[in-house]
Order: sequence, then C-alpha cells, then structure tokens
Amino acid sequence: MARMASRRRKLTFTVIAWIIALLIFFPILWTILTSFKTEGDAVAVPPHFLFFHWTTENYTEVWSRSSYLLHFWNSVVISIGSTIIGLIIAIPAAWAMAFSPTKRTKDVLMWMLSTKMMPAVGVLVPIYLIFKNTGLLDTRTGLVIIMTLINLPIIVWMLFTYFKEIPNDILEAARMDGATLGKEILYILTPMAVPGIASTLLLNIILAWNEAFWTLNLTASNAGPLTAFIASFSAPEGLFYAKLSAASTMAIAPILVMGWFSQKQLVRGLTFGAVK
Amino acid sequence: MGSIVLKNVSKVFGGHQVIPGIDLSIDEGEFVVFVGPSGCGKSTLLRLIAGLEDVSGGEILIDGRNATELPPARRGLAMVFQSYALYPHMTVRNNIGFPLKMAGESKETIDKKVGEAARVLNLTNYLDRRPGQLSGGQRQRVAIGRAIVRQPSAFLFDEPLSNLDAALRGTMRIEISELHQQLKTTMVYVTHDQVEAMTMADKIVVLNIGRIEQVGSPLDLYRSPQNLFVAGFIGSPRMNLITGEEAAKRQAATIGVRPEHVVLSKSKGEWSGTVGVSEHLGSDTLLHVDAGKLGQITVRADGEFQVRHGERVYMTPDPQRIHRFDAEGQAIR
Repeated sequence: MARMASRRRKLTFTVIAWIIALLIFFPILWTILTSFKTEGDAVAVPPHFLFFHWTTENYTEVWSRSSYLLHFWNSVVISIGSTIIGLIIAIPAAWAMAFSPTKRTKDVLMWMLSTKMMPAVGVLVPIYLIFKNTGLLDTRTGLVIIMTLINLPIIVWMLFTYFKEIPNDILEAARMDGATLGKEILYILTPMAVPGIASTLLLNIILAWNEAFWTLNLTASNAGPLTAFIASFSAPEGLFYAKLSAASTMAIAPILVMGWFSQKQLVRGLTFGAVK
Repeated sequence: MGSIVLKNVSKVFGGHQVIPGIDLSIDEGEFVVFVGPSGCGKSTLLRLIAGLEDVSGGEILIDGRNATELPPARRGLAMVFQSYALYPHMTVRNNIGFPLKMAGESKETIDKKVGEAARVLNLTNYLDRRPGQLSGGQRQRVAIGRAIVRQPSAFLFDEPLSNLDAALRGTMRIEISELHQQLKTTMVYVTHDQVEAMTMADKIVVLNIGRIEQVGSPLDLYRSPQNLFVAGFIGSPRMNLITGEEAAKRQAATIGVRPEHVVLSKSKGEWSGTVGVSEHLGSDTLLHVDAGKLGQITVRADGEFQVRHGERVYMTPDPQRIHRFDAEGQAIR
C-alpha cells in the first residue's frame, strides 16, 4: 500500500513539474511557432497552434532588412567583454573579502548589493548625460563599461560565496607545506575555485546578453546588441508579430544553445551556497 | 633537532586576552599533549607554535633559534589538521608530494619519498585516488604522510582523531604512537580527550582559560594533581570531590578521591549511601551512589559485585590516596 502511495505521489509530482516547466517554456515555444507563420496567421483569432501554413519568409526578410550579424557581434563583444573585465576586477576583490576580511567587509558587500536594489531608471538621466558628454553614447566601449558596472556586485557576491566555501584549513596546510602566496594561488586556490569562476562567467554572460534597459537607452544603430535588434521590429509602422518573433528567435537562439551545453555549471551557479 | 621553547608567549584577539603569557619547554623527541576543555586556548597555542597566528608578546624558540617572526613554512614544522585539510583536486600521490614540490625537490626524489611514506602508512594501493574516494582513516593517514615526507623537526597535531569513529580512533591512536617510536621526532598533540592524552603522551600540559594548570607525565598528573582543575579533568570517571565537614575533618576545604580508590562493602564502611545508577562495563561496574550530605559518589567496583538499585552500600576511601585541597583549590601536600 505504502509503495503504491509513494508511486502515486511521485507521478503527481512529475506531472506538476512538467506542467510548470511547460508553462514557463510556453511563451518561448509560441514565439518560435509564430516566427514560422505568415503575418495573417500570427494574429488569427482563434490562434492556430500547429496547423498553419509554415514559412521561413520572416527569417529571410528579417535577415535582409537588418544587419543581424552586426547586432550579434555587438552582443558578443558586450557580454563577453563586460564579463571578462568584471572577473578581472571581482576576483581579487572577492579574494580579499573572503580570505582577509575586516570588520567592514560585510558592510561593503551589502553596500555593493544595495546598488542593485535601486531602480535603474533612477540614474538614467545622469548616466545618459555622462555618456553624451564623454562621447560614449552608442559605442560598444560605453556599453561594456555600463554592463561591467551593473553586474559587478553580482559577480563579486557569487565569487565571494565560492571562495568562502574553500576551507581555510586547506590554505593553512599549503602555507605549512611551504607554499608562497603565489604558489598557494596557483596550485591550491585557483584549481579549487575554477568551477565557481566558470559558473559565474556563464551566468554573467547570460545576464549581459539579455539586458535590455541600458542597451535600449544608450544605443542607436552602431552599438545596439540583439536586444535593440528585437526592439527595432516593434516599429512605428505597426506590429509585425511574425517578424518580431523571427527576430526574437534569432536573438535568443545563441544564448539558448550556450545555456543548453553548460547546464551543469549553470545549475550549480544558480543554486550556489544552497547546500554544502 | 626538535626542541621547542615558549617564553612568556601571549595572544590577544580583538582586545580579549586568550593566552596571558605561557612558559613551556618541549624537549627533543618528546610526545607532548596539550589537553583541556574546549576554549582553553590549546589550539591557539599550537597555531602560535606553527606560525599560523602571530604572537602578541613573548618568544618562540625552535631548535634554539628564535622563530617568533618566521613564516610557517620556514619553521621546519609539519601540521596535521582536524579536518585533514587534504587538497581535494590532487591525487594522494600529489598530496603527499606537495611539500617536496614546494621545496623544489626533483621528481625522482619526490617519487622515492612519497613511495616510502605510502609504504609506512599502508597507502601504496591508493596513490592514484583522490581524497574524496578514501575513508576517514585513510584520509588521516594521507595527512600524516604529507607531514612525514618533509622530515620536519616536529609534528603538530590539532585534534587529528576527533572526526573518526570510536573504533578507528583507537587504532589510529596506536598507529600514531608507533609512528612516534619509529621516527623519534618531537610531536605536539592537541586534544580535549583526556584518554588520548593519558595513553599517548610522554608529557601532558593541562590548559585552562589560556593558562597552564600543570605539566607532567600522565601518571604524575593522575597521582598528584596540583589543583582542583587537574584533579577533576584527569582520570575517567572523574575524581569525587567532597567539601564541608568531611573535608574539614582532614584539614582541607575540599578532598578528592578517585572512584577506583574507594572500597565497597555491603556491611560496613566509613561512608554510606544508596545505589542509584549502576553501569556494568564487564570487567568493572561503576556505581553512582547517593551519599546524602557528601553528594553523589562514583565508585568503581569489581564486575562481579552484585547490587540492586536503591540498595544500601558502605564505602571506605583509601586514606593514602585522598587528595586534599585548600580554599584556593591548590593541593595541600
């Protein structure tokens, strides 16, 4: 009896999990389906789910009407560039806070995180003006800088948590064994921190890739990444759902593929510190 | 090689004095155990010797050389940590060889010394495994292996057996003692377990609130504790301490008598009481007797001594083995 009850429970949970997963995935699935419809089918009431005239003309048109490759390249430069610069700054910072904390370390960490609690739009005007006066508007450099700055608190926090997981005893053992600071970092700390650094890197690339507020407000045609590319299809001449969907699919596809192949690292990144 | 001398060594943590100033000398080849309740400063003292903490005052001499300002690696000591502190990403071979690699030894020398250490510690078949694939006892042996390859002038052990189960702890205790016989290197061993201290040490240092209460051989401490703290801490089960009239009769503020130094009888004796809990250990039986005004008295009786809960028994302490203490808790000789 108990065994049957536990099987039924398992089945119920599996079904619920699938329903939730499908609910979350549905908008993405709908976008992908719509991208293969004609503009007429895309707005049909009641909506056609699978039985419609399948076409790839949206993709060809989006491709020819805009410079997808330029936006794609911008996204790559901005997300990877900001992540690498962020890591270069955050690794020593998190290192210092994890291994030689002072009385104020907790406050510094909180202060850094508190900057993420403020609505971004609150500083839009000053940042816009700074960018305008320094000639950074609509440049990749400008976006790399802003992306680094807005994601830095998260990178530092994530790395800090990872470094904290490395037991102090191990570092002391290395010191007893004759390792200098440089060798301690090279042979002990870095190899132990690599999984943490890798998941921080992946998560931050995704965050930077998907960021829309600053990219939309600070770019025009030159430095706009794929988020700006999508937005350009919700144009004043009216909404073209099928083309908008095609553009969206093209924008999310690369990051989705990357996410798929690095699932294991990402799950660790997203649940870090949850279990010892 | 391997003498350690502490001269008025003190340690202050954030305005709080953990160790007020300790003088201690550890001779070459000695097995010294620091024992005391948790928070008594024994681990801090070990870490000061290791160089993992800076002293706030005083001097540490290792082999006659002032090592107070030297970094841990240059003190010629090796340490075994409570958590083993193995490098999880390295194989057993690389873990044991790491200190040699840091010392710039050639690959052949490293291989040879690692092989030797593995043989001594029965780790030869596990050299290519990682720490995660080993049992607790094997990990502990790897940690010891990493310490012995350096041929240090002294070993420091920080509660190395407290993560092991009781049976394994017994085995490892013997292995470490045997290792000491073989290597004849100075060993400084920290534990809160007085059984470990009694069974392994040449010399025990009893610590309490950062101060040394007594230094001596295990039997010295057992036979003539200098104060109430040592009397209560060393020996298992602990010494019975009696105050009041009974102590005054013997011109003392407190008297102490060990459970094994009380003769039990069902017909006559100096003290009487009723039996509460009795613990049958097989060879011995420990009786917890409620002796009225004297309080609870623990008596070690013969394993064959038959007694029921609530039964009246009589106890006679061995007059030669009654310890007397004054109002300050110091032994009266």
